[in-house]
Amino acid sequence: MGFFSRKRSASSAKERLQLVLIHDRTDLTPAQLEALKNDLLKAISNYIEIDSDSVQIGLERDGRSQRLVADIPLRSATHHRAAG
Amino acid sequence: MTAQVITVTSGKGGVGKTTAVANLANALAMDGKKVVCIDGDIGLRNLDVVMGLENRIVYDIVDVIEGRCKLKQAMIRDKRYPEMYLIPAAQTRDKNAVSSSDMNRICKDLKPDFDFVLIDSPAGIERGFRNAIAPADRVLVVTNPEVSAVRDADRVVGILEAEEKGTPALILNRLNITLVKNNDMLSAADVLDLLGIELIGVVPEDETVIIGSNRGAPVVTDAKSRAGQAFRNIAKRIQGQETPFMELEQQGGLWGALQKLTGRK
Repeated sequence: MGFFSRKRSASSAKERLQLVLIHDRTDLTPAQLEALKNDLLKAISNYIEIDSDSVQIGLERDGRSQRLVADIPLRSATHHRAAG
Repeated sequence: MTAQVITVTSGKGGVGKTTAVANLANALAMDGKKVVCIDGDIGLRNLDVVMGLENRIVYDIVDVIEGRCKLKQAMIRDKRYPEMYLIPAAQTRDKNAVSSSDMNRICKDLKPDFDFVLIDSPAGIERGFRNAIAPADRVLVVTNPEVSAVRDADRVVGILEAEEKGTPALILNRLNITLVKNNDMLSAADVLDLLGIELIGVVPEDETVIIGSNRGAPVVTDAKSRAGQAFRNIAKRIQGQETPFMELEQQGGLWGALQKLTGRK
Protein backbone atom coordinates (compact mmCIF):
# COMPACT_ATOMS: atom_id res chain seq x y z
CA MET A 1 0.00 0.00 0.00
CA GLY A 2 1.40 3.41 -0.98
CA PHE A 3 2.32 6.01 1.57
CA PHE A 4 -0.32 8.51 0.46
CA SER A 5 -3.12 6.02 -0.02
CA ARG A 6 -2.73 4.49 3.43
CA LYS A 7 -5.58 5.54 5.69
CA ARG A 8 -4.04 7.47 8.54
CA SER A 9 -5.08 6.89 12.13
CA ALA A 10 -6.83 10.24 12.78
CA SER A 11 -9.75 9.30 10.55
CA SER A 12 -10.09 5.90 12.27
CA ALA A 13 -10.14 7.70 15.62
CA LYS A 14 -12.84 10.08 14.44
CA GLU A 15 -15.04 7.43 12.86
CA ARG A 16 -14.80 5.17 15.90
CA LEU A 17 -15.52 8.03 18.28
CA GLN A 18 -18.55 9.14 16.25
CA LEU A 19 -20.12 5.72 16.79
CA VAL A 20 -19.09 5.35 20.43
CA LEU A 21 -20.37 8.81 21.39
CA ILE A 22 -23.77 8.21 19.79
CA HIS A 23 -24.21 5.01 21.77
CA ASP A 24 -22.85 6.63 24.99
CA ARG A 25 -25.19 9.61 24.64
CA THR A 26 -28.30 7.60 23.86
CA ASP A 27 -27.47 4.76 26.24
CA LEU A 28 -28.50 2.41 23.45
CA THR A 29 -26.35 -0.57 22.49
CA PRO A 30 -25.99 -1.58 18.83
CA ALA A 31 -28.08 -4.71 19.63
CA GLN A 32 -30.88 -2.62 21.16
CA LEU A 33 -30.83 -0.32 18.14
CA GLU A 34 -31.18 -3.35 15.87
CA ALA A 35 -34.17 -4.59 17.91
CA LEU A 36 -35.72 -1.11 17.75
CA LYS A 37 -35.38 -1.11 13.96
CA ASN A 38 -37.08 -4.48 13.66
CA ASP A 39 -39.97 -3.46 15.94
CA LEU A 40 -40.41 -0.22 14.03
CA LEU A 41 -40.54 -1.97 10.65
CA LYS A 42 -42.95 -4.59 12.00
CA ALA A 43 -45.29 -1.86 13.27
CA ILE A 44 -45.21 0.06 9.98
CA SER A 45 -45.74 -3.14 7.96
CA ASN A 46 -49.07 -3.62 9.74
CA TYR A 47 -50.39 -0.61 7.81
CA ILE A 48 -48.41 -0.26 4.61
CA GLU A 49 -46.18 -2.42 2.50
CA ILE A 50 -42.56 -1.32 2.71
CA ASP A 51 -39.52 -2.03 0.59
CA SER A 52 -37.55 -3.69 3.39
CA ASP A 53 -34.37 -4.07 1.31
CA SER A 54 -33.94 -0.30 0.95
CA VAL A 55 -34.77 0.70 4.51
CA GLN A 56 -32.23 2.92 6.25
CA ILE A 57 -32.57 3.60 9.96
CA GLY A 58 -29.82 5.01 12.13
CA LEU A 59 -28.79 7.49 14.79
CA GLU A 60 -27.37 10.78 13.60
CA ARG A 61 -25.66 13.57 15.47
CA ASP A 62 -26.67 17.18 15.21
CA GLY A 63 -24.35 19.20 17.42
CA ARG A 64 -24.99 17.82 20.91
CA SER A 65 -28.35 16.27 20.10
CA GLN A 66 -29.06 12.90 18.58
CA ARG A 67 -31.85 11.97 16.23
CA LEU A 68 -33.19 8.70 14.97
CA VAL A 69 -33.41 9.06 11.22
CA ALA A 70 -35.46 6.59 9.21
CA ASP A 71 -35.76 6.44 5.45
CA ILE A 72 -38.41 3.81 4.69
CA PRO A 73 -39.35 3.48 1.01
CA LEU A 74 -42.89 2.16 0.40
CA ARG A 75 -43.88 -0.43 -2.22
CA SER A 76 -45.74 0.28 -5.46
CA ALA A 77 -49.05 1.46 -3.90
CA THR A 78 -47.54 4.96 -3.76
CA HIS A 79 -46.79 4.84 -7.51
CA HIS A 80 -50.44 4.11 -8.30
CA ARG A 81 -51.53 7.01 -6.14
CA ALA A 82 -48.99 9.37 -7.66
CA ALA A 83 -50.05 8.35 -11.19
CA GLY A 84 -53.76 8.75 -10.42
CA MET B 1 -16.62 42.85 43.21
CA THR B 2 -18.26 39.49 42.59
CA ALA B 3 -15.95 36.75 41.48
CA GLN B 4 -16.78 34.43 38.62
CA VAL B 5 -16.37 30.82 39.79
CA ILE B 6 -14.75 28.71 37.07
CA THR B 7 -14.36 24.95 37.48
CA VAL B 8 -11.84 23.04 35.36
CA THR B 9 -12.73 19.39 34.84
CA SER B 10 -12.13 16.58 32.34
CA GLY B 11 -13.51 13.15 33.19
CA LYS B 12 -10.24 11.40 32.36
CA GLY B 13 -7.22 11.93 34.59
CA GLY B 14 -3.85 13.17 33.41
CA VAL B 15 -5.07 15.42 30.61
CA GLY B 16 -3.79 18.63 32.22
CA LYS B 17 -6.50 20.01 34.53
CA THR B 18 -4.10 21.02 37.30
CA THR B 19 -1.64 22.48 34.79
CA ALA B 20 -4.48 24.46 33.22
CA VAL B 21 -5.66 25.85 36.58
CA ALA B 22 -2.13 26.82 37.65
CA ASN B 23 -1.44 28.51 34.33
CA LEU B 24 -4.76 30.32 34.06
CA ALA B 25 -4.46 31.56 37.64
CA ASN B 26 -0.97 32.92 36.94
CA ALA B 27 -2.09 34.49 33.64
CA LEU B 28 -5.09 36.18 35.29
CA ALA B 29 -2.90 37.43 38.14
CA MET B 30 -0.39 38.77 35.57
CA ASP B 31 -3.31 40.74 34.12
CA GLY B 32 -3.85 42.29 37.55
CA LYS B 33 -6.87 40.18 38.52
CA LYS B 34 -7.56 38.97 42.05
CA VAL B 35 -7.56 35.20 41.89
CA VAL B 36 -8.04 32.35 44.34
CA CYS B 37 -7.57 28.69 43.34
CA ILE B 38 -9.16 25.77 45.17
CA ASP B 39 -7.68 22.30 44.87
CA GLY B 40 -10.75 20.06 44.76
CA ASP B 41 -8.86 16.78 44.63
CA ILE B 42 -9.13 15.71 48.28
CA GLY B 43 -6.56 13.02 49.12
CA LEU B 44 -4.55 13.63 45.93
CA ARG B 45 -3.31 17.17 46.50
CA ASN B 46 -1.28 18.48 43.54
CA LEU B 47 -2.11 22.06 42.65
CA ASP B 48 0.23 23.26 45.45
CA VAL B 49 3.28 21.57 43.96
CA VAL B 50 2.51 22.63 40.37
CA MET B 51 2.16 26.24 41.59
CA GLY B 52 5.32 26.02 43.71
CA LEU B 53 3.52 26.65 47.02
CA GLU B 54 3.89 23.22 48.65
CA ASN B 55 6.21 24.36 51.45
CA ARG B 56 3.85 27.00 52.75
CA ILE B 57 0.79 24.90 53.60
CA VAL B 58 -0.41 25.10 57.19
CA TYR B 59 -4.16 24.59 56.89
CA ASP B 60 -6.25 23.03 54.11
CA ILE B 61 -9.85 23.13 52.90
CA VAL B 62 -11.01 20.39 55.29
CA ASP B 63 -9.60 22.41 58.24
CA VAL B 64 -11.83 25.28 57.07
CA ILE B 65 -14.89 23.05 56.70
CA GLU B 66 -14.38 21.42 60.10
CA GLY B 67 -13.78 24.75 61.82
CA ARG B 68 -10.12 24.31 62.78
CA CYS B 69 -9.17 27.57 61.05
CA LYS B 70 -10.66 30.61 59.38
CA LEU B 71 -10.96 30.66 55.59
CA LYS B 72 -8.25 33.38 55.36
CA GLN B 73 -5.80 31.18 57.29
CA ALA B 74 -6.04 28.42 54.69
CA MET B 75 -5.39 30.83 51.81
CA ILE B 76 -1.73 30.74 50.79
CA ARG B 77 -0.65 33.87 48.96
CA ASP B 78 1.65 33.48 45.97
CA LYS B 79 4.25 36.15 46.70
CA ARG B 80 4.92 36.75 43.02
CA TYR B 81 1.59 38.58 42.75
CA PRO B 82 -0.30 41.02 44.94
CA GLU B 83 -3.56 39.04 44.95
CA MET B 84 -3.27 35.38 44.07
CA TYR B 85 -4.06 32.65 46.57
CA LEU B 86 -4.35 28.87 46.82
CA ILE B 87 -6.65 26.91 49.11
CA PRO B 88 -5.01 23.47 49.22
CA ALA B 89 -6.77 20.13 49.30
CA ALA B 90 -6.46 17.90 52.36
CA GLN B 91 -3.95 15.15 51.70
CA THR B 92 -4.81 12.65 54.43
CA ARG B 93 -8.59 12.76 54.18
CA ASP B 94 -11.00 11.26 51.69
CA LYS B 95 -13.44 12.99 49.40
CA ASN B 96 -16.35 12.45 51.83
CA ALA B 97 -14.90 15.14 54.11
CA VAL B 98 -16.30 17.77 51.70
CA SER B 99 -19.87 18.30 50.46
CA SER B 100 -21.35 20.39 47.66
CA SER B 101 -22.84 22.80 50.19
CA ASP B 102 -19.39 23.23 51.79
CA MET B 103 -18.02 24.21 48.38
CA ASN B 104 -20.95 26.55 47.75
CA ARG B 105 -20.45 28.25 51.11
CA ILE B 106 -16.69 28.71 50.67
CA CYS B 107 -17.17 30.18 47.19
CA LYS B 108 -19.90 32.49 48.45
CA ASP B 109 -17.52 33.77 51.14
CA LEU B 110 -14.73 34.30 48.59
CA LYS B 111 -16.81 35.99 45.88
CA PRO B 112 -16.93 39.55 47.26
CA ASP B 113 -13.13 39.81 47.48
CA PHE B 114 -12.03 38.34 44.15
CA ASP B 115 -12.38 38.57 40.37
CA PHE B 116 -12.00 34.82 39.81
CA VAL B 117 -12.30 31.64 41.85
CA LEU B 118 -10.71 28.73 39.94
CA ILE B 119 -11.58 25.20 41.08
CA ASP B 120 -9.38 22.25 40.08
CA SER B 121 -11.77 19.28 39.85
CA PRO B 122 -10.62 15.73 40.51
CA ALA B 123 -10.80 13.24 37.63
CA GLY B 124 -13.87 11.03 37.38
CA ILE B 125 -17.57 11.80 37.67
CA GLU B 126 -18.10 11.02 41.33
CA ARG B 127 -18.47 13.02 44.50
CA GLY B 128 -15.33 15.16 44.18
CA PHE B 129 -16.36 16.14 40.66
CA ARG B 130 -19.91 16.93 41.80
CA ASN B 131 -18.53 19.10 44.62
CA ALA B 132 -16.25 20.94 42.19
CA ILE B 133 -19.03 21.80 39.73
CA ALA B 134 -21.64 22.72 42.37
CA PRO B 135 -20.55 26.37 42.83
CA ALA B 136 -19.43 26.91 39.20
CA ASP B 137 -20.69 29.86 37.18
CA ARG B 138 -18.77 28.48 34.25
CA VAL B 139 -17.11 25.13 33.50
CA LEU B 140 -14.07 24.49 31.32
CA VAL B 141 -13.52 20.93 30.11
CA VAL B 142 -9.92 19.94 29.37
CA THR B 143 -9.23 17.12 26.95
CA ASN B 144 -6.44 15.72 24.79
CA PRO B 145 -6.85 14.72 21.13
CA GLU B 146 -7.06 11.02 22.00
CA VAL B 147 -10.02 8.63 21.85
CA SER B 148 -10.19 7.90 25.59
CA ALA B 149 -9.91 11.55 26.67
CA VAL B 150 -12.50 12.74 24.12
CA ARG B 151 -14.95 10.03 25.08
CA ASP B 152 -14.67 10.90 28.79
CA ALA B 153 -14.98 14.62 28.01
CA ASP B 154 -18.23 13.88 26.17
CA ARG B 155 -19.61 12.07 29.23
CA VAL B 156 -18.75 15.05 31.42
CA VAL B 157 -20.38 17.48 28.98
CA GLY B 158 -23.51 15.31 29.04
CA ILE B 159 -23.60 15.35 32.86
CA LEU B 160 -23.09 19.12 32.97
CA GLU B 161 -26.00 19.59 30.58
CA ALA B 162 -28.19 17.20 32.60
CA GLU B 163 -27.28 19.15 35.78
CA GLU B 164 -28.23 22.37 33.98
CA LYS B 165 -24.75 23.81 34.37
CA GLY B 166 -24.91 25.00 30.76
CA THR B 167 -22.65 23.94 27.95
CA PRO B 168 -18.99 24.11 29.01
CA ALA B 169 -16.16 25.50 26.90
CA LEU B 170 -13.32 23.28 25.71
CA ILE B 171 -9.57 23.50 26.31
CA LEU B 172 -7.85 21.14 23.89
CA ASN B 173 -4.52 20.38 25.54
CA ARG B 174 -1.36 18.71 24.20
CA LEU B 175 -2.08 19.01 20.52
CA ASN B 176 0.89 17.65 18.58
CA ILE B 177 0.99 19.73 15.40
CA THR B 178 3.29 17.34 13.53
CA LEU B 179 0.98 14.38 14.19
CA VAL B 180 -2.06 16.43 13.13
CA LYS B 181 -0.33 17.42 9.89
CA ASN B 182 0.42 13.75 9.22
CA ASN B 183 -3.23 12.91 9.90
CA ASP B 184 -2.20 10.76 12.83
CA MET B 185 -3.91 12.89 15.49
CA LEU B 186 -7.42 14.28 15.79
CA SER B 187 -7.36 17.99 14.87
CA ALA B 188 -9.03 20.74 16.90
CA ALA B 189 -11.79 20.80 14.25
CA ASP B 190 -12.33 17.03 14.64
CA VAL B 191 -12.61 17.25 18.45
CA LEU B 192 -14.99 20.23 18.25
CA ASP B 193 -17.15 18.43 15.73
CA LEU B 194 -17.28 15.33 17.96
CA LEU B 195 -18.04 17.15 21.22
CA GLY B 196 -20.26 19.89 19.81
CA ILE B 197 -19.20 22.57 22.32
CA GLU B 198 -17.50 25.97 22.15
CA LEU B 199 -13.68 26.15 22.01
CA ILE B 200 -11.86 28.47 24.42
CA GLY B 201 -8.31 27.42 23.62
CA VAL B 202 -5.88 25.00 22.02
CA VAL B 203 -2.61 24.33 23.83
CA PRO B 204 0.17 22.77 21.78
CA GLU B 205 2.23 19.92 23.22
CA ASP B 206 5.26 21.70 24.58
CA GLU B 207 8.15 20.48 26.74
CA THR B 208 8.31 23.86 28.51
CA VAL B 209 5.09 22.85 30.36
CA ILE B 210 6.96 20.09 32.21
CA ILE B 211 9.91 22.35 32.85
CA GLY B 212 7.53 24.90 34.39
CA SER B 213 5.91 22.26 36.61
CA ASN B 214 9.33 20.99 37.68
CA ARG B 215 10.23 24.46 38.90
CA GLY B 216 6.83 25.31 40.36
CA ALA B 217 6.68 28.25 37.95
CA PRO B 218 3.82 27.65 35.48
CA VAL B 219 4.70 28.07 31.83
CA VAL B 220 2.66 31.27 31.33
CA THR B 221 5.47 33.04 33.15
CA ASP B 222 7.80 32.04 30.28
CA ALA B 223 7.23 34.73 27.65
CA LYS B 224 8.72 32.61 24.86
CA SER B 225 6.72 29.43 25.45
CA ARG B 226 4.04 28.56 22.85
CA ALA B 227 1.97 26.71 25.44
CA GLY B 228 2.37 29.71 27.75
CA GLN B 229 1.04 31.96 24.99
CA ALA B 230 -1.93 29.63 24.51
CA PHE B 231 -2.79 29.80 28.22
CA ARG B 232 -2.35 33.60 28.26
CA ASN B 233 -4.82 33.76 25.35
CA ILE B 234 -7.34 31.59 27.22
CA ALA B 235 -7.03 33.90 30.23
CA LYS B 236 -7.87 36.88 27.95
CA ARG B 237 -10.93 35.05 26.60
CA ILE B 238 -12.04 34.25 30.16
CA GLN B 239 -11.93 38.00 30.80
CA GLY B 240 -14.19 38.51 27.79
CA GLN B 241 -11.49 39.86 25.47
CA GLU B 242 -11.69 38.60 21.92
CA THR B 243 -8.35 37.00 21.17
CA PRO B 244 -7.50 35.34 17.86
CA PHE B 245 -6.47 31.68 17.97
CA MET B 246 -2.80 30.91 17.36
CA GLU B 247 -2.11 29.43 13.97
CA LEU B 248 -1.15 25.92 14.96
CA GLU B 249 -2.62 23.71 12.33
CA GLN B 250 -2.21 25.54 9.07
CA GLN B 251 -1.10 23.21 6.32
CA GLY B 252 1.69 25.35 4.95
CA GLY B 253 4.98 24.65 3.21
CA LEU B 254 6.02 21.75 1.07
CA TRP B 255 4.08 19.20 3.09
CA GLY B 256 0.85 21.17 2.71
CA ALA B 257 1.41 21.52 -1.03
CA LEU B 258 2.03 17.79 -1.34
CA GLN B 259 -1.13 17.00 0.57
CA LYS B 260 -3.16 19.27 -1.69
CA LEU B 261 -1.68 17.62 -4.81
CA THR B 262 -2.57 14.17 -3.58
CA GLY B 263 -6.01 15.26 -2.48
CA ARG B 264 -5.40 14.43 1.17
CA LYS B 265 -6.17 16.82 3.97
